[in-house]
Amino acid sequence: MLEKALKGSRGYGIWVAFLLLSVAIGFFFYLRQLDYGLGITGMSRDVSWGLYIAQFTFLVGIAASAVMLVLPYYLHDFKAFGKITILGEFLAVSAVMMCITFVFVDLGQPGRAVNLLLYPSPRSVLFWDVIVLNGYLLLNIVTGWTVLESDKKGVPPPAWVKPLIYLSIPWAVSIHTVTAFIYSGLPGRGFWLTAIMAPRFLASAFASGPALLILFCLILRRFARFDAGEKAIQTLAKIVAYALATSIFFVLVELFTVFYSQIPGHIHHLTYLFAGLEGHNTIARWMAVSALTALISLILLIIPRTRKNESLLALACAGVFLSLWIEKGLGLVVTGFVPSPMEMITDYTPTGPEIAITIGVWALGLLLITMFYKIFVSVRNG
Amino acid sequence: MAPTRREFLKIAGFSAVGLALPSLSSLTLAQAGIPAAGSLSPAAPGRLQALKAKRWAMTVEPRKCRPGCTDCITACHLEHNVPDFGNPKDDVHWISLERVEHIFPAEAHPRLPESITKLPVPVLCNHCENPPCVRVCPTQATFKRPDGIVMMDYHRCIGCRFCMAACPYGSRSMNYRDPRPFIRKINPAFPTRTRGVVEKCNFCEERLARGILPACVIACKDKALAFGDPEDPRSDVRLILDKGLSLRRRPELGTEPQVYYIL
Amino acid sequence: MKLYNRGMIIAGIVVFLIAATFPFWYGRGKAVPPPDLKLDTPAIQRLKKKLCVETAPYMRASHMKLLAAWRDGAVREGIRSYTAADGRVFQVSLTGTCLECHSNKKQFCDRCHDYAGAKPACWSCHIIPEEVR
Repeated sequence: MLEKALKGSRGYGIWVAFLLLSVAIGFFFYLRQLDYGLGITGMSRDVSWGLYIAQFTFLVGIAASAVMLVLPYYLHDFKAFGKITILGEFLAVSAVMMCITFVFVDLGQPGRAVNLLLYPSPRSVLFWDVIVLNGYLLLNIVTGWTVLESDKKGVPPPAWVKPLIYLSIPWAVSIHTVTAFIYSGLPGRGFWLTAIMAPRFLASAFASGPALLILFCLILRRFARFDAGEKAIQTLAKIVAYALATSIFFVLVELFTVFYSQIPGHIHHLTYLFAGLEGHNTIARWMAVSALTALISLILLIIPRTRKNESLLALACAGVFLSLWIEKGLGLVVTGFVPSPMEMITDYTPTGPEIAITIGVWALGLLLITMFYKIFVSVRNG
Repeated sequence: MAPTRREFLKIAGFSAVGLALPSLSSLTLAQAGIPAAGSLSPAAPGRLQALKAKRWAMTVEPRKCRPGCTDCITACHLEHNVPDFGNPKDDVHWISLERVEHIFPAEAHPRLPESITKLPVPVLCNHCENPPCVRVCPTQATFKRPDGIVMMDYHRCIGCRFCMAACPYGSRSMNYRDPRPFIRKINPAFPTRTRGVVEKCNFCEERLARGILPACVIACKDKALAFGDPEDPRSDVRLILDKGLSLRRRPELGTEPQVYYIL
Repeated sequence: MKLYNRGMIIAGIVVFLIAATFPFWYGRGKAVPPPDLKLDTPAIQRLKKKLCVETAPYMRASHMKLLAAWRDGAVREGIRSYTAADGRVFQVSLTGTCLECHSNKKQFCDRCHDYAGAKPACWSCHIIPEEVR
């Protein structure tokens, strides 16, 4: 079936060429990073995790969101999702590949990555993250590919796929919970030391992932003559609305606990994030965009008239994706480090090479999604 | 019947895995123990006996420091080839001087006298009894020795910086660049590090093995730093600790730091 | 079974065979001299018995295994003494023991490593005394 990704329209070819070019540029800058060291990025002694780990965190959420298609269809027989569970599984595969690549790109000694396997450390959350992420990747590759193959042959999928799909449901929850545990178990980082970190991650994942899926479905409808069905798209949009509302509620709940208890160690982080501290307010301005976009998108998704309007739906979904990308992909990681344990404020600004590498990895993921969806559409359209 | 393309790929895949397996097992054999020739033992060769302790700890009395003194930092960084990158972003340090309000945020308050607020206080890795950095390391490149010293294995570190996120004290530094060009004077008796690994104070364990106290302790002309075993009633640190109140950094986090401050 | 694209496939196989056997036919007839190791450093000349930590055949075959055991012993176990098979005791240290005698890395260590294509990463951290003095 792979050969179906190699033939396409002119627009398809241009898009793929653009992605390949972005990957090549990113790879070039990665070679420079290997030579110079991670100092080529904006990371510092105080802010020791930056754009790469933030993208990894955001993308684990996107990967987990496949469960929002799989659960209603396989557990509750919601037939409208039957046509598109494969889209969710392939999105999960691409997202997990991006996650693994971002972690790899962030390592100071990537040649020693095999040490993660040679010296298992069950007390380290990162060890478990490696296991659950790779397990989830394998699960989704196997299930997605097998179901699509069966589709192509016009037969029902083999019986052994069902238990694997059922397994992927709690597994999806686990990958994002484990990733949240990376942050929420660290005693010295007050911003992250909150039990609600895992629920927040899941809520924002179930908003941003399906929002991206809706955008993909609209694109496939427009350019690839594949229609996921109005019921599927509208149900997904309602899921996004509920998840986004929950995510916003969780943020408000965090704000209450911190600002009502008035504990300085916690207040300083949230003040930096939403209002800026001592003149350092770049992140705060981004968060203002995030908050505004989230509210507007939520309203658009709640009102049936605007939700059913394709252009407004696309706008709302793009808004949800952007808002949550800012919150998780920019705000979350850096704010944990500011102020530092010594109460210092160190700003973090990603550098050009860092951004180029990040774009390169995103392009790699988009390339995978493009190829997978092209194969899917070719199979579905005969 | 001729194999289908799928069957051929399956066979090729399994063959490739089968060929690769033997070399994977030899990878792990290489880690196993000592070759048959000789044997390793803890005692250092030569006359000097290693300093031993059930638990190593340090006391810091910053009020003894003379103004403007940075001897402890100079001695430590010279001894251990700690680089000076000249900018705060890439900064690597094992020991530094900080203000009380930054080190003891819970205890500091607006009515402290200037003799305390302006006091430069040495801070370093606390070699915690319950270290969060050791808990999070995915390769056990940082680990705790039986005598309490939290060690770095620079050979194993993959540079993920999880330990830096976990440390509540800001004790750890990452080599974001190659440190060699930035070491002012290389001490040939101690290795450098390379780019891509995290480093920190090691309580001078290589000096303890030769029977010498840590470099910072010896360098301090004002005897503001003491080092020893608090479980030994005759040790310097125990005598100092028995005198009165001593503080540890952020004790509410449960890390059980082993650097005690007497202000 | 019909072989489609026969020309391209056969051409590809030929190119592959040429490339894969390159090391065998490229150096044919040329003899590369074995590495000439210099053991005449001042420290070695001062030794009464010219013995390394272990015997030369053992070191030739297994010095990296020995160093790996030294590395894990010293860093992870705090073990700093090594008693060789013949009873002599050495300090576990690459720079301090090995390079004390073999202070001519370029004429000793590098000669075999370059010949065999081995690129040990040790030198990025462990100091070569002659380069620092």
